[in-house]
Amino acid sequence: MSDVAASPGNTNTASAAPEMMAWDSKSRRVVTLYVPLACFLIILLFPFYWMTVTAFKPNAELYNFAEHNPLWISSPTLDHIYHLLFRTAYPKWLWTTMLVAVASTFLSLLCSTLAAYAIQRLRFRGSQYVGLAIYLAYLVPPSILFIPLATMVVQLGLFDTPFALILVYPTFLVPFCTWLLIGYFKSIPYELEECALIDGATRLQILRRITLPLAVPGLISAGIFSFTLSWNEFIYALAFIQSSENKTVPVAILTELVTGDVYQWGALMAGALLGSLPVAIFYSFFVDYYVSSLTGAVKE
Amino acid sequence: MSTATAAPAWTKVRQQPGALARLFDNKAFLIVICLLPAVGLLMTFLTYPLGLGVYLAFTDQTIGRRGIWVGFENFEFLFEDPIFWNAVFFSVFYTAIATVGKFALGLWLALLLNQHLPMKSILRAIVLLPWIVPTVLSAIAFWWIYDPQFSIISWMLIELGIRETNVDFINSPWSARWSLIWANIWRGIPFVAISLLAGLQTISPSLYEAALLDGATPWQRFRHITFPMLLPILAIVMTFSIIFTFTDFQLVYSITRGGPVNSTHLMATLAFQRGIPGGQLGEGAAIAVAMIPFLVFATLFSYFALARRKWQQGESND
Repeated sequence: MSDVAASPGNTNTASAAPEMMAWDSKSRRVVTLYVPLACFLIILLFPFYWMTVTAFKPNAELYNFAEHNPLWISSPTLDHIYHLLFRTAYPKWLWTTMLVAVASTFLSLLCSTLAAYAIQRLRFRGSQYVGLAIYLAYLVPPSILFIPLATMVVQLGLFDTPFALILVYPTFLVPFCTWLLIGYFKSIPYELEECALIDGATRLQILRRITLPLAVPGLISAGIFSFTLSWNEFIYALAFIQSSENKTVPVAILTELVTGDVYQWGALMAGALLGSLPVAIFYSFFVDYYVSSLTGAVKE
Repeated sequence: MSTATAAPAWTKVRQQPGALARLFDNKAFLIVICLLPAVGLLMTFLTYPLGLGVYLAFTDQTIGRRGIWVGFENFEFLFEDPIFWNAVFFSVFYTAIATVGKFALGLWLALLLNQHLPMKSILRAIVLLPWIVPTVLSAIAFWWIYDPQFSIISWMLIELGIRETNVDFINSPWSARWSLIWANIWRGIPFVAISLLAGLQTISPSLYEAALLDGATPWQRFRHITFPMLLPILAIVMTFSIIFTFTDFQLVYSITRGGPVNSTHLMATLAFQRGIPGGQLGEGAAIAVAMIPFLVFATLFSYFALARRKWQQGESND
């Protein structure tokens, strides 16, 4: 997995040569490659464009297609964003979401690093079955678990607190991260650890001084993935949180901003835009890690 | 003189480890300590609730009242409930159509991205965007795109002279179903495309060179090299995709909430509606448990139908 993810460029340039021979005419290349690709990009990005345009449009333009071209903004306004930031609890929701995402990411990284190290490096009888069981746990979807978990959360007295989410999110994060980290640990030469063992290092020292520093790219990938997944999580947050101030952004936008019969589309789209931006920015910094974790996990 | 003082310092470096350090160097102890957090967490919040959910399905528990064992009563009630059967039908239909759509378009996009292109990494980053953004938020954008009065698609179609009136996207059962399926395909394309692209990049270019020398057409190269080499990854991605499409909740809950007249309920949204706002935990759990056979079947089917090839080739199934 790792060697392929590391060198996608090489394979491409190599495979490009025979392709070029087949696509000898340039116009054919435009029709079969650039036109479909442009269509894909327009379709994939259009909802975001529409979201942005709506968020900055004054209401008069928003509901009047006859006089204004809806695809463009003639007089942009920050009214919707102002409304969102200062007349709703939006900053509070953002803070809660951030807290839950960061805490559950740390918790699951801790658990899964230790588990992956035990499974991959401290090989023991049946270690691959433990790995398989953790992998199977990833296939249990939240839609099946939320009702029994809701009763458990109430019994533990965690209902309507962020702690419920911090404890429950690792159920889908740990299997994924463990799986990813097993792959990374596998790519670290075992000889390095043997050398350290001969030099008299304890196993914990080996983990801290040798294996973990080498697995940093894997840890970053797993962390980014966990952060995005917990930021996006919806069904548990919807079922376990009731009071407005403890809601996470996705739930709050859907349940708090949609009130009455008239939807505040401007504010809704501004909320959707601001809720997507942190993940999108975070993602843009670590795109390569993200792609390699996604593809690495699939290939493992 | 100086060498004499340095020598004792040399031997001092090697200390006897303390009892705690020796305990942490014991392999069996270390394995238990390392596995405990992950396994404990998954046992408490995943395995136990799974069992509890199956138990709840056989009780009449409601919010605020402990249930008693009622046997198959919940299931008997559900089997006579047309709304439940409608949800089962729509879940299967939604999964089938959306999976076919996602994989057809995703494979096409992956093949396009695998060509020699300028700004490839930026393109790849842009393509993944719909998958990064919280589903609920892009679902809200789709809700606004599907608005009965101010839909941008209706406006475009009217401007282009294709239609006279606004398109009715989510206010009649079948159009609402198709609109939801389209939103799901839109969200699923990036994941499929990027995973399959990773698979495409593992295929050795020498295979294509050999095929070109033998005079293979582009279609033959796709049919006899690309597709068979892609099957193992396709099997895994498809298993995931089917499971998470079948149990989808967010898109339907945000765009239609199961309406109009319960026609677009998936099993997950129906379970939520009966279980949490409706308070009938037992009945909700029964609907959720009814999803399990479908999931097991889908997993086995996609895994065995598609992954068989990998075993035939004799690769290790790691």
